[in-house]
Amino acid sequence: MVNQWGYVIMTAFAERQRAGQRRRLARCRPPVVTDGSDMTIRTLDQTHLDWLEAESIYILREVAAEFEKAALLFSAGKDSCVVLHLALKAFRPEKLPFPLLHVDTGHNFPEVIDFRNRRIAGLGERLVVAAVEESIRRGTVSLPHPLASRNAAQAVTLLEAIEEHGFDALLGGARRDEEKARAKERIFSHRDAFGQWDPRNQRPELWNLYNTKLHKGENMRVFPISNWTELDVWQYIERENIPLPPIYYAHERQVIPRRGLLVPVTPITPPEEGEAIVTRSVRFRTVGDISCTCPVASTARTIDAIIAETALTEITERGATRMDDQTSEASMERRKKEGYF
Amino acid sequence: MSAHEYDHAHSSHGVLRFLTAGSVDDGKSTLIGRILYDSKAVLADQVQSLERAKHKRTEAGVLDLSLLTDGLEAEREQGITIDVAYRYFSTGSRKFIVADAPGHEQYTRNMVTAASTADAIVVLIDPTRVKIENGVAELLSQTRRHSAIAGLLGIRHLIVAINKMDRMDFDEDVFIGIRDAYVELARRLSLPEPVFVPVSALEGDNVVEQSERMPWYRGPALLEHLERLPAGRAGMHGPCRFVVQRVQRVYGAETAAGSAVDGLRGLQGFVASGTLCVGDTVQVLPAGLTVTVRSISLYETELSQAAAGQSVTVTLNENVDASRGDVLASGTQPTSARQLIADICWLDTDAMNPSKKYWLKLGARTVQARVQGVDDKLDLAGVRRVPHDQPFTLNEIGQLRIALAQPVPCALFTEDASLGRFILIDAFSNQTAAAGLIRTAS
Repeated sequence: MVNQWGYVIMTAFAERQRAGQRRRLARCRPPVVTDGSDMTIRTLDQTHLDWLEAESIYILREVAAEFEKAALLFSAGKDSCVVLHLALKAFRPEKLPFPLLHVDTGHNFPEVIDFRNRRIAGLGERLVVAAVEESIRRGTVSLPHPLASRNAAQAVTLLEAIEEHGFDALLGGARRDEEKARAKERIFSHRDAFGQWDPRNQRPELWNLYNTKLHKGENMRVFPISNWTELDVWQYIERENIPLPPIYYAHERQVIPRRGLLVPVTPITPPEEGEAIVTRSVRFRTVGDISCTCPVASTARTIDAIIAETALTEITERGATRMDDQTSEASMERRKKEGYF
Repeated sequence: MSAHEYDHAHSSHGVLRFLTAGSVDDGKSTLIGRILYDSKAVLADQVQSLERAKHKRTEAGVLDLSLLTDGLEAEREQGITIDVAYRYFSTGSRKFIVADAPGHEQYTRNMVTAASTADAIVVLIDPTRVKIENGVAELLSQTRRHSAIAGLLGIRHLIVAINKMDRMDFDEDVFIGIRDAYVELARRLSLPEPVFVPVSALEGDNVVEQSERMPWYRGPALLEHLERLPAGRAGMHGPCRFVVQRVQRVYGAETAAGSAVDGLRGLQGFVASGTLCVGDTVQVLPAGLTVTVRSISLYETELSQAAAGQSVTVTLNENVDASRGDVLASGTQPTSARQLIADICWLDTDAMNPSKKYWLKLGARTVQARVQGVDDKLDLAGVRRVPHDQPFTLNEIGQLRIALAQPVPCALFTEDASLGRFILIDAFSNQTAAAGLIRTAS
């Protein structure tokens, strides 16, 4: 298949996902493992995933019970797909007690937006889109040039959406193993009336007793998968058969090798003068704003193959894929202080 | 089965959460960096960013491993740890979540945050700053404080890493002097029996690999100790307690057929201790009604039982009024109490104020509380409780009397950790003011 930008997309896995019926999870495991002597690594991982899942569901339910108006940040990236799945496990058969919120930079991979729309429509849930484009129109975001990264601008659009809709809690898929500033953040992370994170003065967080009290205008960012690693996420996606946008699986794509990254060729990220375009087998480890998200070279077309690659990788998820995090030692921390996820 | 095999078998399930504690510059961040680096948990781009880091404190060509966890700008500038960093790694036999806690007294509440979820604590001691006279060592005040907090929170495993042995010529007498002083401290604080390891976090001795420079030490390296610790989840064997977090809302036609049978509302919550089984007769607390468990489910899966730590949805045979904060209990009943005597650690920069309103959060219940009186405080210099009646201030530990506006299902911390602990929230500032462990409830 060739899409409108001229890149070739292997759809084997998209097809498998569509065709594959959702496995009914009929496992009923013994509740207490008193002696691990006969456990294989496989069951060890399952126990670990069960523990992570239970913690995340607990957190999601605390949010639903304690806040007036929460929303679940949903970019259709793999981490937010996992959080969405956890929310279904926490609340079905009722509808989710909060809408999904996509802070849309307008610089999207079309496959991702297509996936987002189909996934949410299939679930019958409500999607709120907050567009950076709108903030640009309002004049609250101005970019140095039309193709500049809109990643940091998301903070502005997000804060505007919080104000417009009166959200008091936002659930996000950030993980502590992603980045060193995130490694420092509480699961329930308090933001002041300006949306700012104050990393030098975080609330203590004891056991599983989360302090959810807010003054008017403040909000809470809540990260139910804080304790998950990239590998945990992939193992869980496999176990639960969670649908993902097809670009997470290896496909042929036109890219520009630039400073150790493979920059995808798109109207927003055209080649610079003298740069050669090559076609490579790649997959995305993270999915974000096109202008700052790169795929990695990979032939992993199945989840098993991705898990094998993830277990052996030499480079962190964001290090391999994000142009914006490489600009300074503290770029994530600075963005978070300004209200970023 | 030998003792080693036995330990190993029991350690092979479950993640182990541990934290490093101790005074400023005892080498906590460097130790964690060393564990991560030597167990190959640091990836190439992270090493590269260490190499080009702005605020390196090591000589040219030597990596500053503390920068692996000191992720905030202010921390890197000042070369200290301000808040907890969590790192994730695994070895052949188990997964770990390690929390790097700050050493400064000013940031004690962040250390308490890290300690509250830990199965094990590694207390670091820097022998270059411990005075040893006539073979008797005097431990630093932060060493005593962090150890007291570990004891207060009931952390089950305690390892003391006597660090910077490279700067003490790997002298066994230094190790013995500090070990003996710590054994005495542990006795006074009623801590679990400590294990001692002489290490050099900077140079890697006895951290991941056993050191050849301390032949007098025959025990395993620090990481091996951590791999062998039993991780059995707390509360597995206690009486059954299910905490209701939320009642499912049923919207008639919008509800998919499934667990909410016959209009019975699903109770969403978690098993805090013991095991809950379908058919169990349980009491709904604090009301005290007796009901039967009709179903237990997780999403599309019907379960016959759920154990401590599991998040599930429960329906009952009778349509009773159960709501957030209620507890389903069988076996010995937890008390519903309005008066608590608790050991607390004060976490707020605003001192305790008996005329102020506080919220007390316990399980899934939040009620108004008044702090009525201080019984005693921990004197860190003498390592003993002394009678006291002045309000608590930041970082103080001691015993407090609390009155609650409504009865709350709870337990003594020593009998049921999950319903025996609480936080106090300042109702005006919304700050988390204290962490508490229930000693008496009535």
